Amino acid sequence: MLKIRNLASGYGKIKVLKNISMHVDAGEIVTIIGANGAGKTTLLSTIAGLVKATSGEASFKETNILKCKAATIPGLGCVMVPEGRQVFATMSVEENMLLGGHPVQKQGKAVINELLEHQYELFPILRDRKDQLAGTLSGGEQQMLAMGRALMSKPSLVMMDEPSTGLAPLIVKEIFQIIVRLRDEGNTVLLVEQNAKAALGIADRGYVLETGKIIVQGPAEDLLENKDVQRAYLGREK
Amino acid sequence: MKKLLLILPLLACVIAIQVVCSSTDTLYYLTQMTMSAYYSLLIIGLCVLMGYAGQISLGHAGFFAIGGYISAGLTTHSLIPFKDNALVQFLDSSGLLLAGQTLYGEELLVVSPGLACAVAIIAAAVIAVFIGIPVLKLKGHYLAMATLGFGIIIYRVVLAVEYFGEADGISEVPAFPLFAGLSVSGSFGDRVSNYYIAWGILLLGLILLLNLIDSRVGRGLRGIHGSEEAADAMGVHTARFKLQTFVLSAVFAAVAGVFLTHYNGGIGPSEAGVMKSVRYVAIVAVGGMANLWGALLMGVVLNFLSLRGVFGSYDDAVFGLILIVIMLFAPNGILSISFRHRLMQLFGKGKQKRDGEA
Repeated sequence: MLKIRNLASGYGKIKVLKNISMHVDAGEIVTIIGANGAGKTTLLSTIAGLVKATSGEASFKETNILKCKAATIPGLGCVMVPEGRQVFATMSVEENMLLGGHPVQKQGKAVINELLEHQYELFPILRDRKDQLAGTLSGGEQQMLAMGRALMSKPSLVMMDEPSTGLAPLIVKEIFQIIVRLRDEGNTVLLVEQNAKAALGIADRGYVLETGKIIVQGPAEDLLENKDVQRAYLGREK
Repeated sequence: MKKLLLILPLLACVIAIQVVCSSTDTLYYLTQMTMSAYYSLLIIGLCVLMGYAGQISLGHAGFFAIGGYISAGLTTHSLIPFKDNALVQFLDSSGLLLAGQTLYGEELLVVSPGLACAVAIIAAAVIAVFIGIPVLKLKGHYLAMATLGFGIIIYRVVLAVEYFGEADGISEVPAFPLFAGLSVSGSFGDRVSNYYIAWGILLLGLILLLNLIDSRVGRGLRGIHGSEEAADAMGVHTARFKLQTFVLSAVFAAVAGVFLTHYNGGIGPSEAGVMKSVRYVAIVAVGGMANLWGALLMGVVLNFLSLRGVFGSYDDAVFGLILIVIMLFAPNGILSISFRHRLMQLFGKGKQKRDGEA
């Protein structure tokens, strides 16, 4: 679904990503783990078109997304849940959701209402809070709103940037269960995480990113067993 | 739809004011109400740009002046010296030019107000596009400075160009006949009808903007206000939306400029002044940034008071003071003040509830 070859990207003179090659197939959860500064967020931002790639190729469903403007990519079915939630604080929960449905809004009210209903079913708390300003929600609720908002555009690939940041372990568990449910409903998820253990626990495959390069990749179980990964990211010195 | 129903009481107020003024023989108030309505048209356009899309403009008096000056210039400057020009002959044969006589009996051939109005509005829109594309890439203070620069350029241009009358401005702008005998002019007989023309245009503009902010576009704009990157990531074409809103508000300003110029029968360089732009921004802030009704109310009331000369020579000073006071005591605009809450505070009962103030 998503194919990336020899991608390089960065901010001005600072090169962050060097020769990244990876792919995501339909129906799987792929996770990218790595320490702070490894380039995880840059990778997602580059795919989402918010950061311009300097070289390489990236195609999503046969479309070259490196040439697309950021705003057209959600319309193709590839949407990002940004790091730190980034909900629109001064708008109500429902308005946030409708804004997420921006790319599909032209398909009519019925489609939108159906999507809205589906997200409320997935995140019942959002229905209770639908008229509340998004800025007044708790961190966990905001994360759910950010996810629901992204799902409003009927994406085929959801990219999540550190959904566990700043959340209590119980809430993290809940969020991860929802990610699994999304996959079971036929969605594809690209999950960027620092919480390597939790991410590998639900993912099908994983990539380990270090200073802009992929150093290890493989099925999630293998990565969990991998000695280097264990030492570097899971905190198990043997 | 519910929001649109609020138009009806407003319409009732508009009619009530006219009836009261007519029956108490104080029709002169209607003149200032008419002018206030045109200024308010600019202000509600600016309100959508500032309050909803979050883009400040300190150059809107410039767009007002572009509208007014182009319309005034085309309808007053005689085309007789160019009457052999193919374009002039084509326009003349299409009935888009008007023949007349000057005060001294000289022959006069000018552009008809309808065409002049169209040219003025299109010119403002085109200039807004060319200014908007580079300038809207800037944010915050930088955007304010750039639009301020644009406003200053327009001000100096109208002061320097002979065609625009330099410091004298342009006077003797003819009436603008609309349809069914209605015409935009300052003559005493047309005072009541002009009052309704101005308010009709203002209400039309208001309905258009109310619909806009309640739609997909409006949500997109508020998303941009919140966070441009996040809005982009949600699939909102931020650059295009910002530009369209900028052009829309420039067109509102130009329409206001055209009609007010025909109503006043002239326009002077003070209309393009930077203090005018600052005043418009102040009024939007006083009305509550993202509050069209607040902007409309304050636009009408403050302009009316200012035009009546209530603030005397301290006009601009009063606007500065109002801005400071509102920012301190009601940063969300005048309509956000809860009078019940204030009263309770005054009588010492509501002190603990202070945090609940939005």
